[in-house]
Amino acid sequence: MITDPVQVDKVSGQTTTGHEWDGIRELNTPLPRWWLWIFYATIVFAFGYWIFYPSWPLASSFAPGVLGHTNRAAVLADVAFSNQVRKDMTADLQKASLQQIADSPKMLELALAQGRAAFGDNCAPCHGSGGQGQKGYPNLTAGRWLWGGTLDQIQATITHGIRAPNDADTHTSMMPAFGKDGILKADQIRQVANYVRTLDGLAPEQGVDVAAGKKVFADNCVACHGEDGKGNVDMGAANLTTKVWLYGNDINDLVYTITNARNSVMPAWGHRLDPETIKSLAVYVHSLGGGK
Amino acid sequence: MSVGAEEVYDDGPLYEAAKKVYPQRIWGTYRRLKWIVLWIALGIYYILPFIRWNRGPYLPDQAVMADLAHSRFYFFFIQIWPQEVYYFTGLLILASLILFLSNALFGRVWCGYACPQTVWTDLYFWVERVIEGDRRARMKLDEQPWNADKILKRGAKHAVWLLIALATGGAAMLYFVDAPTLMRQFFTLQAPAVAYIWAGILTFTTYALAGHMREQVCLYMCPWPRIQAALTDNDALNVTYRFDRGEPRMSVKDAAKARVLNEPAGDCVDCVQCVAVCPTGIDIRKGPQLGCINCGLCIDACDTVMAKIKRPTRLIAYDNDENRERRQRGEANVFHLIRPRTIMYAALIALTAGIMLYVLTTRANSHLSVLHVRAPLFTQTAEGGIRNGYTLRFSNKLPEAADFTLEVAGVPGIAVTSVVAKSLPDGRLGVRLDADSTLEVPVYVTTAPDVNLKASSTPITFTAVDPKTGERNVVVDHFFGP
Repeated sequence: MITDPVQVDKVSGQTTTGHEWDGIRELNTPLPRWWLWIFYATIVFAFGYWIFYPSWPLASSFAPGVLGHTNRAAVLADVAFSNQVRKDMTADLQKASLQQIADSPKMLELALAQGRAAFGDNCAPCHGSGGQGQKGYPNLTAGRWLWGGTLDQIQATITHGIRAPNDADTHTSMMPAFGKDGILKADQIRQVANYVRTLDGLAPEQGVDVAAGKKVFADNCVACHGEDGKGNVDMGAANLTTKVWLYGNDINDLVYTITNARNSVMPAWGHRLDPETIKSLAVYVHSLGGGK
Repeated sequence: MSVGAEEVYDDGPLYEAAKKVYPQRIWGTYRRLKWIVLWIALGIYYILPFIRWNRGPYLPDQAVMADLAHSRFYFFFIQIWPQEVYYFTGLLILASLILFLSNALFGRVWCGYACPQTVWTDLYFWVERVIEGDRRARMKLDEQPWNADKILKRGAKHAVWLLIALATGGAAMLYFVDAPTLMRQFFTLQAPAVAYIWAGILTFTTYALAGHMREQVCLYMCPWPRIQAALTDNDALNVTYRFDRGEPRMSVKDAAKARVLNEPAGDCVDCVQCVAVCPTGIDIRKGPQLGCINCGLCIDACDTVMAKIKRPTRLIAYDNDENRERRQRGEANVFHLIRPRTIMYAALIALTAGIMLYVLTTRANSHLSVLHVRAPLFTQTAEGGIRNGYTLRFSNKLPEAADFTLEVAGVPGIAVTSVVAKSLPDGRLGVRLDADSTLEVPVYVTTAPDVNLKASSTPITFTAVDPKTGERNVVVDHFFGP
């Protein structure tokens, strides 16, 4: 490259880059040299990063870096740290009874926060994000409890589950499959289903003998559901007189339930969660509006 | 472009080596003003964290503190919570308006006097001058080979610089925690690691920016010179070489001769003192330029020379081109400090400051926010009523506990319950908050069985009252039904 004397712009007194477009020349305003050094420093930094942090992909793994840093280990350390920080508070939860927790503003605040998180992680897939439930999965906000809605009853249900095969203290009682097992005939089932609907103030089907249904009810159902149909939380017998229906109040839903029985299950969370998390869950579920 | 032999250019250097600036010592009006501003600025910086302000037993008694651990910002009587960070927007608007006003009056005086970059660089220059000597001595020291004298001077200078940097970085930490406590912990090595790390980072930046980067910060890093150029006008007073008076430059003798012969004679004797004292190393006689921070040290330098040669001072002065044209027409200088632009900026500053002061002094001591629970939107209860859930958050900004009463109205025949609040005999809820705290309160509103809601959505009003202060927080939400 031929280098001639640097061209100087007459107006500004500044050198030009020598590039010209239609008589307009570009002034040369070079970057300061230290700017270049910073660029070199970033290259040096990159080499340091390669050495200390995981960077290079290898055939079946990656170069771990001499610090052995992994994001997973960092998260675990963070979790361990926050558990350490919360240790005093969770120790209180461990010792206190459910009623003591509910009565102490500080413990209650912690239990509700912890309970909400645990509910989202473990319970929301079936019971809904706010405990609203869905068909076949109880609504926990409505005040209708199959196995009781006091703090202690909720704690027992969460701990031992419902018909959980791996827990000796689980809620076990079963409703017979009246149709499938041949206890009732199809027309009897339809009659009693219509009668059950009237318990909740719903209109029976035209031409169905509701009085016969009442008789079938008295002969087969009152042992668990009670003469007035209000159910029994000791054996998980549903209250049939409320507006809230776990499997729907459509006549076909009721006929299906009586014919086949539902007997749904819930895991025994005592095998998966620690006792104070279950306490927090009990307090949280109880707080959702339906607690007794 | 046709390329002839003469038209083949060199591309010039890609990168420019920084030219070292050796500002010379100077006395004068503006130098004195700069010292005053410097000591006031440093004084505020170091004393402010130690000023106490009583806020009662539960809150820190430090007048100015950004309490990151508890998410509170304290400034004398002002206390700002994280969700009130918009107050800072007001402060930033106020700060920029003041900057604009100062710019409309005297150009970049912020750069020349009060900018931290200028204040600390000036301090570093002073240390350099005391240890290594003035401009010429420093230039000689740079050229001289390394010997005991050079090592001693250089070592002493960098040691003092680092001490100042450490004091700067360390003092910054005092704004985040209780200052006297941190001071004790810092020197007994019991302060948290994060305090040492940040003090170290700020020590490094102070040492690098004030000791080594200096004018490079103003020339290459700072956005303000670029913005300022677009904000200035013809009346702003910038440090100006009055070339109508200074040109043509000639020696004192030649000028005397020329004046006798009634020929044009300038006052500038080309002594280059204005360049020698300049902290950014520019020649002000080339006119207004990006490197000029408007500090006026060249005015002091030129005035000294003018006094010596018995010519009127202020050959360089805070002035503008309008006045130069007036002088060339034979008119007197006019300084338009009060003009529509400055009046408007002053009015905007007064307005912003007034609004800020009003909102800060009338800031509520409590707050209530209501969030309707979305899942479920409403619940049909076992008893036959309709239940809606709301998540309320109470804030008590007072330095003492507060007992709020919560009244819910708008839907007939409702029962209001909450596991966090106490039910009062009159159907309201009582909510107790600790000093300076917030509390989340889940509230459930349930209608009587089989109530007939007229619409699927009914307005519902939450009223929280602090009986002690009488403050009422009213939030309107909706009650949903089928």
